[in-house]
Amino acid sequence: MSGAANAFLQGISRPESKANGDHPSWLNSLRRSAFEWVGAHGFPTGKDEAWKYTQVAPILEIPFAPAEPGARRALSPDEVIEIAGELGGPRLVFVNGYFVPELSALKSLPAGVKLGSLASAFTQEGEALESLLWRRFRERPQTFTALNAALGEDGAFIRIPAHTSVEEPIHLVFLSDAGATPLVSHPLSVVFAGAGSRVTIVETHAGIAGGIYLSNAVTEIVLDDGAVVEHYKIQNEAESAFHLAFMDVRQGRASRFSAHSVAVGAALARHEVKVALEAPEAQVVLNGLYLPRGRQLLDNPTTIEHAAPHCTSRELYKGVVDGHGRGIFDGRVVVQPGAMKTDASQTNKNLLLSTSAQAYTRPRLEIFADDVKCAHGAAVGQLDDEALYYLRTRGIPQQAARDLLTDAFTAEMLELIQVPPLRSRVRQMLATRFADCPSAGVPA
Amino acid sequence: MSAVQNELRAFTEREYQYGFVTEIETDEVPRGLNEDVIRLISSKKNEPEWLLAWRLKAYRHWLTMAEPSWANVVHPPIDYQDIIYYSAPKPKGPGLKSLDEVDPEVRAMFNKLGISLAEQERLSGVAVDAIVDSVSVGTTFKDKLAAVGVIFCSFSEAVRDHPELVREYLGSVVPYSDNKHATLNSAVFTDGSFCYIPKGLRCPMELSTYFRINAADTGQFERTLIIADEGSYVSYLEGCTAPIRDKNQLHAAVVELVALKDAQIKYSTVQNWYPGDAEGRGGIFNFVTKRGKCAGANSKISWTQVETGSAITWKYPSVILQGDNSVGEFYSVALTANRQQADTGTKMIHIGKNTRSTILSKGISAGRGQNTYRGLVKILPGATGARNHTQCDSLLLGDQCGAHTFPYIEVKNPSARVEHEASTSKIGEDQLFYCRQRGIPAEDAVSMIVNGFCREVFKELPMEFAVEAQKLLSVSLEGCVG
Repeated sequence: MSGAANAFLQGISRPESKANGDHPSWLNSLRRSAFEWVGAHGFPTGKDEAWKYTQVAPILEIPFAPAEPGARRALSPDEVIEIAGELGGPRLVFVNGYFVPELSALKSLPAGVKLGSLASAFTQEGEALESLLWRRFRERPQTFTALNAALGEDGAFIRIPAHTSVEEPIHLVFLSDAGATPLVSHPLSVVFAGAGSRVTIVETHAGIAGGIYLSNAVTEIVLDDGAVVEHYKIQNEAESAFHLAFMDVRQGRASRFSAHSVAVGAALARHEVKVALEAPEAQVVLNGLYLPRGRQLLDNPTTIEHAAPHCTSRELYKGVVDGHGRGIFDGRVVVQPGAMKTDASQTNKNLLLSTSAQAYTRPRLEIFADDVKCAHGAAVGQLDDEALYYLRTRGIPQQAARDLLTDAFTAEMLELIQVPPLRSRVRQMLATRFADCPSAGVPA
Repeated sequence: MSAVQNELRAFTEREYQYGFVTEIETDEVPRGLNEDVIRLISSKKNEPEWLLAWRLKAYRHWLTMAEPSWANVVHPPIDYQDIIYYSAPKPKGPGLKSLDEVDPEVRAMFNKLGISLAEQERLSGVAVDAIVDSVSVGTTFKDKLAAVGVIFCSFSEAVRDHPELVREYLGSVVPYSDNKHATLNSAVFTDGSFCYIPKGLRCPMELSTYFRINAADTGQFERTLIIADEGSYVSYLEGCTAPIRDKNQLHAAVVELVALKDAQIKYSTVQNWYPGDAEGRGGIFNFVTKRGKCAGANSKISWTQVETGSAITWKYPSVILQGDNSVGEFYSVALTANRQQADTGTKMIHIGKNTRSTILSKGISAGRGQNTYRGLVKILPGATGARNHTQCDSLLLGDQCGAHTFPYIEVKNPSARVEHEASTSKIGEDQLFYCRQRGIPAEDAVSMIVNGFCREVFKELPMEFAVEAQKLLSVSLEGCVG
């Protein structure tokens, strides 16, 4: 490992923390082995196929310190709503990765539904959690999921009992407040959806007042047979921040999972999604919209693994790249031997708005079964000249015409958001974004 | 269903037709690789000092390089010290003045393969630079081509007779440090073909090389260099067959194409090296670097390949679109049956303005074959108005094979339009049923459907090759559908 990587690791590791006393022993040994794993394997470089376009070296140069609970300015619930929006359901708020009960709103939920902080779940749930948490790290470790396992202390814990529906969306708000020192937080969110249950989860990641910080988040979702889970993620971190997230999803028989990601923030953000269709007839939909501008780099790796027959997957990612931004999509669909009657389709479309914008797309299919229907498509282009011309002949100014066409490109993604207050919030977010950043290089 | 399966299985598991060994006395250098071997190869070929220096530079760089591991293929590590790097058929008598002087055994071998040099010369009008192992044994039509100014000869002759051309273009498209296999080739290449088409000339006939690996344990390191000067056109054909060997043989060739202003090069390959037996024993490792450079404006390079052989194919015929308005094309059919593995595709690097490229790839996997398409489309910031369309389709025959698609698209210019489409499916049961219902045997039906699947690529092949390719495909497919 390089000197910078070593210094980075030293900087973010904490002395055997005070919280350790409360932790079960399995957790302490998991943490140690995760930390050792990182020490032994180091950080990904451009030579790792999966990190080809996203370099973490600049992150390792920054003297990060671990985030501490409590070290934060006074925030009111109203300020949280201003930053993250009000969706009408229960809300859990985390600052620098630690749960803050006074900012959260826990409404009455159907009987048996467990919703709270992970730290309290460690004490309440005990040994039962051992086989459930950080499964991704245990099965196929990666540097940042390992760091999350090694250093994460809090996050959200959600369990929905069988055949229970939670009507209102559960809003998880992760706020970062770095101040003068660059901070690292490692929140972990876990969702267990029982057989035939139904729930909607919204994750919002945002910065309170800029600053340099690294949010290294992991989300683990398990769907039992017939469960229906909708997941939304709004990544609106400060533009000087780094966001590295991993979402691991496992699906039971005939379960349905859909994920929508909207990425606008951070200097460098990577939101990796891995879905395993482990039993027959499971369905998954992955949608994503990413809008890099300035010098932002937004990376969206996804893997859908068809491990059982008769499963369906649909994937649609769209990128709008402006300024010197870089938009990356790396979609992998794997069909395991025996996963017959798999039906998979994957689409990635990119719109380049400026002369320095860059798009990288890698739609990949790996197929080991023959009775399958798999297709993928990818396209990169700019706004249609003829459509622009048409609008201009009708007296619409150049910039307005461009905005209109860009809106049309993103509108499809907004329509897919099924939570009305969230949809209008995202629409508003996009509108302000395009308003305060007129496309570079537009002829007058 | 099972009857179809059995017939198809019998069809795929058919033995390799071209598996025979011709006993020819060969002139070999000692097994293994070191600087002395390279000096020996160079001195045997009476090479000038600069070429030896280039070889040694490549060899020293090669020592520092790691084996590439990104390809989606599995094979035991290659023991580079267990290969004989030079093997030339010993001439009976000094020098070859005409085809009649070619070793009769060599000629008999070509006859077995169905390409008699004499016949080719008299009847088909195709000039063949036939290569057995490492040295070019005879070039037909050389005089006729020379009369119009075309230089078509073996690489060694080109080094001797046209050193200025070789020196200018050797390594200009595939530098000596490009990748492990190409660098090895740069250090130890023994022979190959050289072709130069002068300004404004449309080459009057299709040029062709027939490669064949013969002696056991000899790696074959061919080097081909084709230069099309301004406004010229050439169509080049390359075909391969190799006899049965139990041991894996390494083939690491390099092909460099240079198209100057307004020039066009069409390069077609039918590759049918020995694929190994049904259990995956033996077979050729075909690790080839092919790259063309559209150096001038309005130039065009077109690759067409039919890959049915080799245990492992690792090949990405690419085009660097440097000149404005230049065009790159890639048409490919790759078939993997039994335990064959193919990781093949292309790279289109758009540098000039209004450059266009088309990629059409058809992969067919049968038995336990693993077929991977890997392609890169890169649009650099200066490539205003660049255009690419990529289509790659995979057909799966059998439940134990695999088809994989890894396209890489990198766009750094907003006016570029890049599209990629891919689909993967098994052979249509309704189509099979329709054919069988009309009394067409299952095997013929499969062959017909597969040929239909590949039609768009076959139509890009020169006539003679199109016929051979269709035959090859149906023969290689024998036995694969379920």
